[in-house]
Amino acid sequence: MTWVVIEAQNGAPTTAGLEILSKAAAGGEVTVVYVGAGSDEEFATLGAHGAANIFLLSPADDILAPTPVAGALCQLIAEHTPGLVLFGATYDGRDVAGRVSAELGLSVVSNVIEFSTEGGITVTNEIFGGSQLVNTQFTSGKTALALVRPKSFTAAETGSRTPTVTPVNLPDGPTASVTARHAQASEGPQLESASIVVAGGRGLGQAEHFGLIEELAGLLAGATGATRAIVDAGWVPYSKQVGQTGKIVKPDVYIACGISGAMQHLVGMKDSMTIIAVNKDSEAPIFSVADLGVVGDVHQVLPKLIEAIKAR
Amino acid sequence: MKIAVCVKQIPDPASDYELDPQTHNLIRPEAQILDDTDRYGVEVGLQIADANGGEVYLVSMSPSGTLQGIRQALAMGVDKAVIIDDEALAGSDSLTTARALAAAITKEGYDIVIAGTESTDGYSGLVPQQVAGLLGVPALTYATSVEYADGVVRIHRQTADGYDEVEAATPVVVSVTAGVVEPRYPNFKGIMQAKSKPVDTHTAADLGVDPSVGQKIVSISPAPARASGTVVEDEGEAYLDIIKALEEAKVL
Repeated sequence: MTWVVIEAQNGAPTTAGLEILSKAAAGGEVTVVYVGAGSDEEFATLGAHGAANIFLLSPADDILAPTPVAGALCQLIAEHTPGLVLFGATYDGRDVAGRVSAELGLSVVSNVIEFSTEGGITVTNEIFGGSQLVNTQFTSGKTALALVRPKSFTAAETGSRTPTVTPVNLPDGPTASVTARHAQASEGPQLESASIVVAGGRGLGQAEHFGLIEELAGLLAGATGATRAIVDAGWVPYSKQVGQTGKIVKPDVYIACGISGAMQHLVGMKDSMTIIAVNKDSEAPIFSVADLGVVGDVHQVLPKLIEAIKAR
Repeated sequence: MKIAVCVKQIPDPASDYELDPQTHNLIRPEAQILDDTDRYGVEVGLQIADANGGEVYLVSMSPSGTLQGIRQALAMGVDKAVIIDDEALAGSDSLTTARALAAAITKEGYDIVIAGTESTDGYSGLVPQQVAGLLGVPALTYATSVEYADGVVRIHRQTADGYDEVEAATPVVVSVTAGVVEPRYPNFKGIMQAKSKPVDTHTAADLGVDPSVGQKIVSISPAPARASGTVVEDEGEAYLDIIKALEEAKVL
């Protein structure tokens, strides 16, 4: 039996979770461990994506959820011994998977892009920035844990079914308190789901030049993204980061401006349909994944591009 | 107060990483460097100790080799290092790694354990939370800001659309993102002192850690490569190539 752990974000199941659920449900009956308030609408969404049963975990808003969620999940796993438990590689997903692994002594594989439960449990994950694929078998015979990268599968509704819902109490234990939450509102399309992403890196030179990225994204009705280098430098908020520790994106068009293409950035965008890159350094790794590479200065190319689009 | 900072020696990311065809383990040279993202954790540990008094030590599991990476971290001002170096631990998964680190940390004692969010070479991103789970303490993860006062650690925890303010009393594990602080550069005195700072070495057996893992690599293959694209040199008109590409993609 396969389980998928899915958390709510803004009152709905995360897309990362629904993607995994859709894939898992195509191979058999799936139980969802759902972390959220749990409304009929949320249950219906999970049912439509293939959930047969739901365990509902509803942590209070003022505690950091992963530790108590992991505690409850450990009890459920001990009781039901599922073969495979899948998590989306979200912030909370990684925390819960790590904690469960430690508390129950279970092996866990990260960066998974494919899984199979036929003839033993096998997962495929990416290493070295996605250049190599590794097939791993779980050998202990205990429950296998896997963290699945967002956008590895497509979320699909397969019909309407009404899953059974079982609320589960969260255990007491060591945890942290959340004293305030801050959402950094961004205008325009969301980075993860935008069909066009315009992203900037250190080649922009200074924070103010990110305005070029915003202007181009605005004209194309796209979202803006950024490299780790410039979010670490404080030019733009962390929520804009594309890459291993940021968002995984797969838009129709990705325009990389002043981005050299570090491994951890390529991992987050290399599966975009069309990649256009502008960078001064002709040796930059970004050109190895670009469909169109322009060796040039973003400060020369982007203003002309923006003017030409405006003139249309 | 005792602060443990988890660090990792890794092969230089500027070199090509290779796997041993027999064992599927990453081939690690004698001279490994400090994972650059670990400098942030070291800096956070030193700042807390500077402001509140206390001892900072490094914990690391890896072949010692030349200890180059460990000395880099010691040169920043850390008092000593505890290394778990055992051939039996080669190819460990994240859980076995966390067990070794947690055992060494328990032996040394701690109030705060600090780690980077994920390593640059393996990037499973699991070890900090696994260490916390094994120690049975809360984990404050993905910190973009860390403060300590009166036995409580407060962080800004990165979220998908912003950040949360989160706090927990010590003992606690904290994982930090790069950019949380500006790491100091070692000065000459620090580099000289690092050469003679104590480095304690343990084996898995010393710490009572079972090196077996519950997963086995069955095959490795190169990922399908993208079809190579067109590269043009900008001589003032390359924006027209971008316009054309956008038209072909039906964006314009």
